[in-house]
Amino acid sequence: MARKRDEGVAVAFQNTSGHATQRSEVTSTLLRELVAHLRQNRTPLREEWVRRITEAQLLTAMTKEEIFAEATSVYDSYVAALETGTFEALQNYARNLSERIIPRGVETHEVVGIVLLLRDVLARSLFAKYQDDFEELNRILDAYEPAANRIANTVAVGFVQERERVIRQQQEAIRELSTPVLQVRERLLILPIIGVIDPQRARQLTEQLLRGIRTNRAKVVVIDITGVAAMDATVANHLVQTVEASRLLGATVIVTGLSPEIAQTLVTIGVDLGKMNTVGDLQGGIEQAERLLGYKVVLIAEAG
Amino acid sequence: MEVPILKQGGFLIATVQAALSDADLLQLRAALLERVVRMRSRGVILDVTALDVMDSFASRTIREIAHMIRLRGAETVIVGIQPEVAFAMVQLGLTLEDVATALDLEEGLEYLNQKFKSTTI
Amino acid sequence: MAADEVRVQIASDGDIVAARSQGRTLAIKLGFSSGDITLIATAISELARNILSYARQGEILLRAVDGSNRTGILIVAADKGPGISDLRQALRDGFSTSGSLGLGLPGVRRLMDEFEITSEPTQGTTVKVKKWKQ
Repeated sequence: MARKRDEGVAVAFQNTSGHATQRSEVTSTLLRELVAHLRQNRTPLREEWVRRITEAQLLTAMTKEEIFAEATSVYDSYVAALETGTFEALQNYARNLSERIIPRGVETHEVVGIVLLLRDVLARSLFAKYQDDFEELNRILDAYEPAANRIANTVAVGFVQERERVIRQQQEAIRELSTPVLQVRERLLILPIIGVIDPQRARQLTEQLLRGIRTNRAKVVVIDITGVAAMDATVANHLVQTVEASRLLGATVIVTGLSPEIAQTLVTIGVDLGKMNTVGDLQGGIEQAERLLGYKVVLIAEAG
Repeated sequence: MEVPILKQGGFLIATVQAALSDADLLQLRAALLERVVRMRSRGVILDVTALDVMDSFASRTIREIAHMIRLRGAETVIVGIQPEVAFAMVQLGLTLEDVATALDLEEGLEYLNQKFKSTTI
Repeated sequence: MAADEVRVQIASDGDIVAARSQGRTLAIKLGFSSGDITLIATAISELARNILSYARQGEILLRAVDGSNRTGILIVAADKGPGISDLRQALRDGFSTSGSLGLGLPGVRRLMDEFEITSEPTQGTTVKVKKWKQ
């Protein structure tokens, strides 16, 4: 049964948005044949793949059993993606897999490596099967190639995105650690701000402080800016916003460590310093806070 | 949806729901004013714990409420602004500056009690 | 998968709540942090409110967008109202909102990551804002 080669070369899997695109009849048939072959030879092909993964010394952070288990899932997702032409399930799986293996220390080159190895293992099995019919082999490969590329891409990109997300999370955690909101007394929080304040850090500081006010039921907050690296209009702006937001949660803010220069900057950007509670140094600020909170020795309990 | 208003001692407590339309706010303003007058309340607590968004209209209306209630000799305090809502508000430049605020209902009551040095429960 | 898109017609104050609610739903679906969800809902509220106040009616479009390696939300507030004659004045940022014609546009810009506005007197106004997921 002769088939025109041109008809076999269809526009399959070229749409990057993930929609199942129109495939020609012929390509569909070929892919079905391909999928059937991959299903039939599932066991030997998987084993071959795992063997090559170990040989290439990839996924060394995982045990053989784990590698085999994941290999099975990847293999099945791979075949399913070939069969349906949709990649959402594969994307989800890739994300899921990445979430599991990133904490294990698996690196990007390993993930890319194993996917390419699978691609190779499957391609070679196709060579073996169709070795007597060059024309047919070509047709099958034409159908297989774009799909296989797309799959490799999906898995690799999924992994990289997940890694980037984890890194961002870690950076966030580091930032949080470096800006502690301290509770020194009941209802009193101290926020010493040290270093450079970029918009992201400023936002994080504010959010942390606000959460702290709520959790600790703070009535007074002392924000010490002695250690702030550079106080320009933007940073001053963030400071004012933090003060205002704290007030909305019922907390009074005392700003300490304000130098005359910084005071000048604040005035320049239109801040009414008369409305902002400022004290020269942290110690003075804490003392004022304590006064505001009514911390003083009461010798006699008053009768109701 | 009508905002429930409860009487507690000499104070009124209005508890706002999450989805608050402009009409609800205006209705609240009228209801509070009416009740402050009728019950001769000395203080109003506006509990916005459930409010998910405070925009310019809400902020303006709340300030109007506080202002009108003050004209009647009573004091208003807003409680329960969520941290995220507070953050969004200051980004928008909404500071509720002439209105008293407190962390929650408990703090709000204490604030009002302090204001009036009252021993009402 | 189809792009997540919602259109909300703005013609009454109840629609403002609807637009906020839809925005919140989409933002949750896209996995935004709860702080960002509030910022998004607040921005939508202000934009919808502007439509109502100055044009009486219009539309808010909410759509998920893809950047390079990140997801975000696009909000388009469009109306065929009187338009803004002095855009510079409307966008002037400062500490008081009194200089910005009360439209709260500088505020909306602060809430979002990207901001674009086109307005022609008598032709209407379109504001496009985007927020990216961190």
